[in-house]
Amino acid sequence: MHFVADKFDGEYEHSVPPVRTIVLDRPPVPVAPGVRERNPLREPLPSTTGPERLSLREISIDYGGVPAVKSVTMSIHQGEVLALIGPSGCGKTTLLRTLNRLTELTPSAARAGEVLLDGDDIHQLPDTTLRARVAMVFQQPNPFPMSIFDNVAFALREQSRKRPRRREIEPLVIDALRRAGLYEEVRDDLDRPALRLSGGQQQRLCIARAIAPRPEVLLMDEPCSALDPISTGVIEELIGELRRDLAVVIVTHNLAQARRVADKVAFMYLGDLVEYGTTADVFSQPRAARTRDYVRGAFG
Amino acid sequence: MSVYAPDLDTRPRLSSGRGRRSSPWTWRWGDRLVLLCAWAAGLGLCLIAAAIVLYMGYRGIEYLRPGLLFARPAISTSQSHTGGILDPLIGTLLLTAIGIALAFPLAVASAIWIAEYGRPSWLARIVESSIEIVAGTPDIVLALFGVAIFQLGILAPLSFRAEGGGVYGRSFIAAGAMMSLIALPPLFVATRDGLRAVPTHMREAAFALGKTRIATIRRVLLPSVRSNIATGVTLGVSRIIGDTAIVVLLLGKTLHIETQGSVPAINLLRGTGSTLTSYVYDNSPAGEGAAPQKAYAAAFVLLLFVLALNLLVDKIGSGSLTSSV
Repeated sequence: MHFVADKFDGEYEHSVPPVRTIVLDRPPVPVAPGVRERNPLREPLPSTTGPERLSLREISIDYGGVPAVKSVTMSIHQGEVLALIGPSGCGKTTLLRTLNRLTELTPSAARAGEVLLDGDDIHQLPDTTLRARVAMVFQQPNPFPMSIFDNVAFALREQSRKRPRRREIEPLVIDALRRAGLYEEVRDDLDRPALRLSGGQQQRLCIARAIAPRPEVLLMDEPCSALDPISTGVIEELIGELRRDLAVVIVTHNLAQARRVADKVAFMYLGDLVEYGTTADVFSQPRAARTRDYVRGAFG
Repeated sequence: MSVYAPDLDTRPRLSSGRGRRSSPWTWRWGDRLVLLCAWAAGLGLCLIAAAIVLYMGYRGIEYLRPGLLFARPAISTSQSHTGGILDPLIGTLLLTAIGIALAFPLAVASAIWIAEYGRPSWLARIVESSIEIVAGTPDIVLALFGVAIFQLGILAPLSFRAEGGGVYGRSFIAAGAMMSLIALPPLFVATRDGLRAVPTHMREAAFALGKTRIATIRRVLLPSVRSNIATGVTLGVSRIIGDTAIVVLLLGKTLHIETQGSVPAINLLRGTGSTLTSYVYDNSPAGEGAAPQKAYAAAFVLLLFVLALNLLVDKIGSGSLTSSV
C-alpha cells in the first residue's frame, strides 16, 4: 500500500521530492477504452468528503479594471469533484487559474481576497511550491516536445537541487502513468516522442504529468473539450478515481459531464458565484432562477 | 439467364482546367505592363542566378583540380606555380568557427532575454535597436571599428605584432570577433522569432508544474526552438563565409596562415591568414596575384559552400532534419 513512499524513504531522499502516500498506491487497475468489467475500484463512489484543501475568501479578479470574478467565497474538499459551470466569459477559467496563481502572469490582472491551501495563504507560498501542490490540466493537450518519460519526469526533476537519475524516478513515472490509465498503452516504449500519441492519450499524459508530484489539488480547465467521446469517457472515469486522493476542480461547458463527474457544482454568471451545492441539488432543484434557466438550456 | 453488364464508364469526364478568361489584349495598358513586369522580373532573376551558377561552375570545373584544395598558395610569376587554396580554405573554416562560437552565446542569450523577460520595455527597445544597428552597419565600417579597437595597446596580446613591436590589430581572433557581429543579427532574430512562436500554453503548462521561468526556458523552450537556432546559425555562417571587408582589414589577407608566438592553438588565433573571399579578390584581375584561374576555382568552392548552406537552411526550415516529433 505504501510501496512508493517506502522505497524512497532512505536511499534517495535527497534527489527525489518526498511523495505523500495516497489511496491509489494500492495495485492499480488499468483504465482502457472499452474495458467495462465489474470492478469494485471503478464503481461510482459515494461522495466521501475529505479534509478541506482550498478555501476561497472573497476572491475578486479584475482585468484592467473590468471585473472578471466578483467576491467568490467557497471551499474545496479532498474526495470531491467540484465542477465550475456557466456561460463563456463568466470567470470560471479565471477563478481556476487564480487557484495556482497563473492569473499573475497576465500583467493587467488585479486581485483582492485570499485563498488558503491547507490553511496557508497561497500568495505567501513560493510559486513553484504552490504549483507543485496545486496541479493543472489544460483544455488543449499540451505535452512538451520530448519523450513520454521525460514529460512525466519533468515535474519530478528539478524540484530537487540535484538532477535525479532515471533509475530513481522511473518508479514514480510509471506510477503516475498507471494512475492516469496510460501505462498499459505506452509501456513498450516510454522514450517515444509524446507528440506521436493520440489526442486522448496526450491529455492523459498531461494528467500523469500533473499528478506525478502528488499534488493535493488538481485543476482541470475543460480537459475533454478537445477530445472524442471515448477518450472523454476514459478521462471522466479517471477523474472519479483521482478524487479519492485529490481535490479536483473542473471547469466544463458540458452540463452532462458536470452531472456525471461532479459531486459539487458551482454555477458562475458574469463573475458572480450564483449557486453552489451538491450536483443533485443544483441540477434538480436549483434555488436561483438563473441557474434553473441555465441547467435547463434556456441560455448559455 | 445471363446478366450483361455493359462495360461503359459512366463517370463524368473530369477536367482540371479553368473556364475561359478574358484576353489580355482587351486589358488596359497599365495592367498589361504590370503583368509583363511581374513575369519578366521573376524569370529574369532565375536567369541571373542560373548564369552565376553555371558560369562559375563552368569556370570552376575547368580550373579546379583536387590538388588545388590541398596545396598551399605560393608566390610565382608563373600561373602553374602559384600553388593551391589550402590556406584560404582553412582560414575560412577557422574564422567561421570563431565567429559562430562568439556569436552563438551572445545571440541566443539576448534573444532569450528579449523574448522571455524583456522588461523594462524601454531597455528591451534599446537592446533591439542596438542589434538592428549592428545588423545595419556596413561590414567595412565594422572592420574599421575593429581595427581601432584591436590596435589599442591593451588588446595587443590578441593580435599579430610586427618585428618592431608595432600593433597591427590583425589576427584570427580580431577578425573572428568582428565576424561574430556579422553573424549575430540573423541568429538573434531567428531565435527570438522562434521563441515568440512557441504558444503561450506551452509556457503555462511548465509554470503550472511548478517550474521557474528559467527552468522552462532551458528544458522546454530551447529544445523546441532548436530548428530555429540551427537556421540562424546557418544564416550566420553563410554571412561570415561571404564577408571580405573584415578579412581584408582585420585578418591581414596574408598568403599563408602566419602564427604568432609559440603556444600551439593560441598562436594560430593570434596569427593572420586569408579566406576564400580575400583569395578570390587577390587573384582576380583587380588584385595583386592576378591569377584569374585560381580565382575562379576558389570562387567556385565558395559558391558551393554557400549553396550547400542555403540548401541546409531550407532543409532545417522545413523541419526534415531536426523535427522534434
